[in-house]
Amino acid sequence: MTAGTPAADLVEERPSRYLLDRVGVLGPLLLLPTVVYIVALVGVPLVLALLYSLSDITVGDQSLDFVGLRNFQDAVGNATFQQALRNTFIFTLVSQVVVLILANILALVLSADFKGKRLVRFLILLPWTTPIALGALGWLWTLDNVYSPIDYVLRQLGLLGIGSPLGPRWEGTNALWLAQADLARLTVLTVHIWRTLPLATVILLAGLTAIPQDVKDAANVDGAGFFRQLFYIRIPLLLPIMAVAVLYGIVFTFTDMTVVFIITRGGPVDSTQVLASWAYFRGIEGGSLGQGAAIALFLFPVLVGVAAMMLRLARRTETV
Amino acid sequence: MAVVEVRGLTKRFDGTGAAAVDGIDIASRDGEFLVLLGPSGCGKTTLLRMIGGLEPPTAGDILIGGRVVTDLPPRARQIAMVFQSYALYPHMSVAGNIAFPLKAANMPKAAQQERIAWAAGILGIDGLLERKPRQLSGGQRQRVALARALVREPNVFLLDEPLSNLDAQRRASARDELQQFQRRVATTTIYVTHDQVEAMGMGDRIAVMEQGHIRQLGPPEEIYDEPADTFVATFVGSPPMNLVPDPAGGDLIGFRPEHFQPAADGPAEVARFPFHVHRMEYLGAERLLYGEVGEAKVVARFPVTVPIPVELGATAEFAVPLQHLKRFDAETGQRRPARSPS
Repeated sequence: MTAGTPAADLVEERPSRYLLDRVGVLGPLLLLPTVVYIVALVGVPLVLALLYSLSDITVGDQSLDFVGLRNFQDAVGNATFQQALRNTFIFTLVSQVVVLILANILALVLSADFKGKRLVRFLILLPWTTPIALGALGWLWTLDNVYSPIDYVLRQLGLLGIGSPLGPRWEGTNALWLAQADLARLTVLTVHIWRTLPLATVILLAGLTAIPQDVKDAANVDGAGFFRQLFYIRIPLLLPIMAVAVLYGIVFTFTDMTVVFIITRGGPVDSTQVLASWAYFRGIEGGSLGQGAAIALFLFPVLVGVAAMMLRLARRTETV
Repeated sequence: MAVVEVRGLTKRFDGTGAAAVDGIDIASRDGEFLVLLGPSGCGKTTLLRMIGGLEPPTAGDILIGGRVVTDLPPRARQIAMVFQSYALYPHMSVAGNIAFPLKAANMPKAAQQERIAWAAGILGIDGLLERKPRQLSGGQRQRVALARALVREPNVFLLDEPLSNLDAQRRASARDELQQFQRRVATTTIYVTHDQVEAMGMGDRIAVMEQGHIRQLGPPEEIYDEPADTFVATFVGSPPMNLVPDPAGGDLIGFRPEHFQPAADGPAEVARFPFHVHRMEYLGAERLLYGEVGEAKVVARFPVTVPIPVELGATAEFAVPLQHLKRFDAETGQRRPARSPS
């Protein structure tokens, strides 16, 4: 340190006259609310869940007696848990694959110019703006085992009922969407697709508009037809943003319990349980908090992986 | 190689009353470097995009090599285009970018490699083939864009302000390279720019455009020395041509700053003007004198080798040789046929 030279004076940090002008004070102060918020609403519950999962806590007996990994062992051994684990992955993976394909097509269609484009865009966005619970209720009524309007339409078209292609189901002329395991799973899957498709479409649409017009023009002049442009220019350029859409979709679907809880309540006979709903039924309704916490913690590794990928994507877009 | 011709070409965009391109007729010559020069919004880029097939015309026809291509998509026109932004495909390597038009034409792999090497050789980018566009400098990107345009030997090059993203120093050498490149491949080239230095320096002929019309079409010397109207006279040249009202009548008299010199005794083949000088601008190799003749603002240009004989704030007699005096109709701005002044 050569004190006294002008350069040294500049480098030396002078204490500001006002406390709030100091970066060292103001910065942490501004971050504080966020940190408090995250610790209170994410950190504390996570630690609690870890503690609960290692204890024999129940709604009736809230003492934390350490039981090791027994809750996890019990959960894994349970047939319903295995079904729920399978369902969670199948619902997430299948819905996201379908959403990706449909969102690509929709985004392409919506990026074209046509009359009524704004109305169509609005309609497609609607499912996303509807609260999940309300949307799920709508589906519950639409797929009612007795009064389903879909069944009615199918019957009127002669597709459902005695002597029709779909034939009589069970003893009546209803499809019983929610009363048969396969149909109930298909229903949950469909609602997930219906729910995540709008956001994915909007994200991809934004990505499509972000491709410079010059690049599209260049591909045109270079002699590329529609499919060559689609598969060699548009989709490769969309890949990063597609990853964002898929990661969001995975988080929404993987952790969701509303759809299952409202439409099937996990039934029939637990055939549509997912990890989130099973944790709820076991931990809250069944009163076994330790079991519930252990089941919910199975979501954790996947979510950590997704979060890591999101951070990687964010960092990559920063460096470009 | 081919001649590009447009006939009565018009483009009206929805919602705007005026035509962006208003019934233009123009034909290139084979292998020519034709520059479309004009201020922004004059319709030059729209004209180029219509020739390229990226913009459908409202009326009129486009012919390339004698064939009407008005309704053909860009890929059927055998053209190549270089964009202001270069429009390289960011996810492909340089080689991938250059190969793209060949792949689109379903050329066999081995032939593709040959063509890529050939085009990269001409533009001196052999060493960059594995790089991604974001790892290239502006000048390198521009050469990759040219290589991509060159590689499938198009009938016509369409260039849309390809130098405007380069810094000033690089632009001068790029002008030189681009012109040599064009001479070498001898492909008809249509070049859009708002920069008159580029137009004058590179064009075989220049079409000066304004408000959707072509004001004048001719070689650079003709555009500069014999402007067809006051727009061309004042758009081309820096500083622009001086225009002063004719004391004898309703015309405007135009003359270039370099021809506006102190009057000397001797032969009377000159027109004399009283020049009131306000200000001098020193530009290194030359100096500009700003002042007025009557009400009109006028500039005179002096090489640094010539002493300036006037005091600032004074009025001196300046003169222009008669052959350098141009007359324009004050109403229409159109050039009047040469006649001796009274």
